[in-house]
Amino acid sequence: MSAPVSAQASATSLIAALVERLIQGDRAAASRLMTVVENRRAGYREALRLITPHTGRAHLLGITGPPGAGKSTLVNKLIECYRAEGKTIGVVAVDPTSAVSGGAILGDRIRMLGFYQDPGVFVRSMASRGQLGGLSAATADVARVMDALGRDVVIIETVGVGQDEVSIAGLADTTLLVEVPGMGDDVQAIKAGVLEIADLLIINKADREGADRLANHLKSAMRLVPYLQGAWVPPIIKTIAAEGTGVSAVAEAIARHQAYLNENGHLDEKRRARLRVEVLERARDLTLRHLIASLQQKGALDHLLDDLASHKLDPATAAHALVERIGVRE
Amino acid sequence: MVAKTPSSEATGEEAPGAQQKIRVLIAKPGLDGHDRGAKIIARALRDAGMEVIYTGLHQTPEMIAEAALQEDVDAIGLSILSGAHMALFPRIMGELRKRGLSDLLVYAGGIIPDDDIPAVKEMGIAAVFGPGTPMEEAVRFVREHVTARHAQSEEEQ
Repeated sequence: MSAPVSAQASATSLIAALVERLIQGDRAAASRLMTVVENRRAGYREALRLITPHTGRAHLLGITGPPGAGKSTLVNKLIECYRAEGKTIGVVAVDPTSAVSGGAILGDRIRMLGFYQDPGVFVRSMASRGQLGGLSAATADVARVMDALGRDVVIIETVGVGQDEVSIAGLADTTLLVEVPGMGDDVQAIKAGVLEIADLLIINKADREGADRLANHLKSAMRLVPYLQGAWVPPIIKTIAAEGTGVSAVAEAIARHQAYLNENGHLDEKRRARLRVEVLERARDLTLRHLIASLQQKGALDHLLDDLASHKLDPATAAHALVERIGVRE
Repeated sequence: MVAKTPSSEATGEEAPGAQQKIRVLIAKPGLDGHDRGAKIIARALRDAGMEVIYTGLHQTPEMIAEAALQEDVDAIGLSILSGAHMALFPRIMGELRKRGLSDLLVYAGGIIPDDDIPAVKEMGIAAVFGPGTPMEEAVRFVREHVTARHAQSEEEQ
């Protein structure tokens, strides 16, 4: 295959030009770069390389919780708060991809339409796409573009229904878990494992029956998590986001958490831990993709399938034989 | 984007086209309050594996163009029943041009009289799907045109 050197060079200069415009605050360039990093299109590593020196300034806010908990509505109200303070906002709103078709309907924008004439608010919708470990990496990269665009606050909103939200919540400096009354017993709140990563616990639609009970459940669930002396203890805040009730208390708690992070190097510590996980995850994905590609290339598995199907060979031995063939030994 | 490079094959990551999903904005400009058709087409596009950004009713031309810019969509489907297309479509196309998005695929559905269709196409609307158009036709139209545009931009760079 002849190397299309000139094409590669022009892709590189195209990316450099886009990043140049991004740094100047060009929204169209930001939007195109988000597509490049989300799709891991040609030049995406070059894009990240050039963007990274311009990142790290934004406060990353993660918002997760079950569908219908009112995350987008809360985000909408928080944007109002921050805009009143003059802060610029980027929102990355992740909605689930249909497992059947691979398509998605992304509707979080509907609740944030009020800001369409405000250049200080940039909303980008993403589909979860269900790719192996890819979602958190793609979301982190889109958030990086928002950061480099110069947004003061980058809000990452995700539906929390599986394991994904744990890694996604791990993307943020401050993570809000939004719960609503009447969504099941207290085990629901604990079992997803999100309680441990939440910095703020929000009980939205708090005018509904069961809000106090949910608050008590969350309180007792938190007693199971050991908090060290001087460590941040997540506050439980009741809101009725649609009416704006409690939203200023949420904004204040976020500010307090941010102040806490800025003391004693907590933020640096948190970001280092996050980067460590991210690099390892990316390395794992790369390795797996490499491995699977080369396994499939050699058609080695097809070869073994006859023996597997006729019960002459067990799957564990087959897997070992397979990786040994490409030089991996335990 | 750029054709495959040797390095992209070696690392297995920068794979152009591999994860390239078609992104479509479905928008309802103007004042009519009926979005059943828009929701049906949004669902049909999703079922065809596309990512659909749906922004609901009563969209102004500025809202539509700004959403298209921020979401970096490949196509915009405008659903309109109010009869205001001759007034709204040129303003939408103007707002898109203002943002450097004049090469986007824009098509329309809803109630648009046959007599208006030549003028609507003149504005840069690529196709008009009236009542009774099979869903598959609109879906195929989007897929074929966006794929062609993707391929074209690969060649250009």
